[in-house]
Amino acid sequence: MVIEQTEKEYMRSGHMGCPGCGVASTMRLVLKVLGEKTIVVIIPSCAAVISAAYPNSVMDVPSFHSALEIAAPTAAGIANALKIRGEEDTTVLAFAGDGGTFDIGLQSLSAAAARNDNFIYVCLDNEAYMNTGIQSSSATPENAWTMTTPAGRQGRKKQFMQIIAAHRIPYAATAAMGYPLDLMEKVKKAKSIKGTKFIHTLAPCPTGWKMPEDLTARSTMLAVETKLFPLYEIIDGTQYRITHESQGLPVEEYLKIQGRYRQLNEEQIRKMQREVDENWEQLEGKIKVCM
Amino acid sequence: MKELLTGNYAVAEAVRLARVQLVAAYPITPQTPIYEKLSEMEMEGKLKGIMMRMESEHSAMAAVVAASLTGVRTFTATASQGIALMHEMLHFASGNRVPVVMCNVNRVIAIPWAFGSDQSDSLSQRDTGWLQFYCEDAQEACDTVIQAYRIAEQILLPIMVCIDGFFTSHFLEPIEIPDQASVDAFLPSFSLPTRFDIHNPAYIANVINADQYMQYRQRTFEDMEKARPVIKEVDREYREIIGRGYDMIETVNTDDAEIVLVTSGAMTSTARMAIQSLRDKGYKAGLLKMKAFRPFPTQEVQEALKDVPRVAVLDRNISIGKEGIWCQELKAALYPLERRPLVTGYIAGICGSDVSPEMIENMVTDALNRKESVELPVWVRRS
Repeated sequence: MVIEQTEKEYMRSGHMGCPGCGVASTMRLVLKVLGEKTIVVIIPSCAAVISAAYPNSVMDVPSFHSALEIAAPTAAGIANALKIRGEEDTTVLAFAGDGGTFDIGLQSLSAAAARNDNFIYVCLDNEAYMNTGIQSSSATPENAWTMTTPAGRQGRKKQFMQIIAAHRIPYAATAAMGYPLDLMEKVKKAKSIKGTKFIHTLAPCPTGWKMPEDLTARSTMLAVETKLFPLYEIIDGTQYRITHESQGLPVEEYLKIQGRYRQLNEEQIRKMQREVDENWEQLEGKIKVCM
Repeated sequence: MKELLTGNYAVAEAVRLARVQLVAAYPITPQTPIYEKLSEMEMEGKLKGIMMRMESEHSAMAAVVAASLTGVRTFTATASQGIALMHEMLHFASGNRVPVVMCNVNRVIAIPWAFGSDQSDSLSQRDTGWLQFYCEDAQEACDTVIQAYRIAEQILLPIMVCIDGFFTSHFLEPIEIPDQASVDAFLPSFSLPTRFDIHNPAYIANVINADQYMQYRQRTFEDMEKARPVIKEVDREYREIIGRGYDMIETVNTDDAEIVLVTSGAMTSTARMAIQSLRDKGYKAGLLKMKAFRPFPTQEVQEALKDVPRVAVLDRNISIGKEGIWCQELKAALYPLERRPLVTGYIAGICGSDVSPEMIENMVTDALNRKESVELPVWVRRS
């Protein structure tokens, strides 16, 4: 399979992420699709570290490092100003981590989505506050080890796509770097639509997930093929469509390659499998309703 | 022609006349009528551009900073808890060197919950890198907002124009609204370049090292200093074109004064009456009205008070653990003088509580009789 792509990279070499960083690879793929006419908003996160310190930058498009809780209103402000200036062919893109999206940035993202402000929001979900050194966020899965949940997180991962769908924005999708074509197609689609677009990407952190750095892409493939992180899109908050048929591998296949799940016992693994199955059934139900 | 308007509406008229392109706001008492009036103007087509109806003041400031970086003229307004919530973003605005103009309608900050006028909300944002101007009445508020765009866009720092909640914001006053042609002549079309150039991409607000950070702060400090002549020049031009002007300070009868009362904001009007009454009674009393808070008009204050033996400072705010904020700033400004006046601080009108001309007269005569300085402020409440 050949990935259709532009020759030019809009994220250049020399990023400051860790080896095998899923966030950096995802950023690169997204920017490759959006191309030259893009303004990027970054907030304090690994994405900010990756984009390098002054006077260097890996970003080859205008970028702005905004504050943690305001990726969305910052992007909205730029988008509206571009409209005033008659430069609406430029895409405004916000990169935020799971903390900046699921937690501190939720109210401002929700309001921007409710206004349907015109930008693409890409959540780079590595399932913890990795930039500050692996602390739990509300995107951290149940039982996952972090520095602030040394016995494994109590409480389940926030079902963020359901929250986003409830805003009925024109386009929302999940994506993972292990499926670059799927991810890039979704970014391309988002670019063609006016209003708020949200893409939830699973962007693994080998450091925080305690796994070898060459397993980043593979871990997302296992997340997708076990149906733990299904790939789908939601149009107008109501029409669901699966974009990749998962194989339905046992969830243990995904868990066992990561040190953050090392303390799990069999009962906990069975419970996680049950939850994955339930979530999948719910998603399937939505798809059937839409068809 | 004069129109009967509230201060809030006068501010909205100024925003319209300044041809602001993007407004992002969130309602809060007593600022809300500014937001409402601007919405009405938008509906009537009098206010061009885009109005963003935000979900918080924090996001409102985020949006105007981002839009300003993209090269459009922006406005927001807030008060009280709203400016407190904005605090982080106020640093962001000055740090990003954007010429955002904001009206703050002074109101107390909780706790306890209350709604009256009090300058603690904006004065406690002293160190955020914003220029701050305090207006005596609605006319001055209207003129100052228009002037603020010229100053902000020239020095690339944000400006806060403050008016007293419920007094200036809600009282009806006869206001001379400048005509559009005059304002256009004073404030020509905006040409701030966008900081997002897709042909020449740059990374704004990147991470820098300690030396670079310090250098940046020094540069910002020096640019605020450069605002002083700009403020004067802009005021001179405004006088020339529109016919009114306001300096960084205003003095009344200070030349031969044995005592000068220092005020800011709406209480200045009451103080004018009190000072006149004291003059009528034979007291050599003068008035110093403070308009600029940042940059602080140190030289102007020194010049006005260098031969004055006694000074009374009237503060509608309190810095718990010290004294009124204007009083602190004034004392610091006067310290280099060889013959320093005896300064007494008075706290009055907190939360918009009544400050009558008689109360002000009593303050002045109290200060006149003092032989030595007191460390703590004198609280003045209607008994």
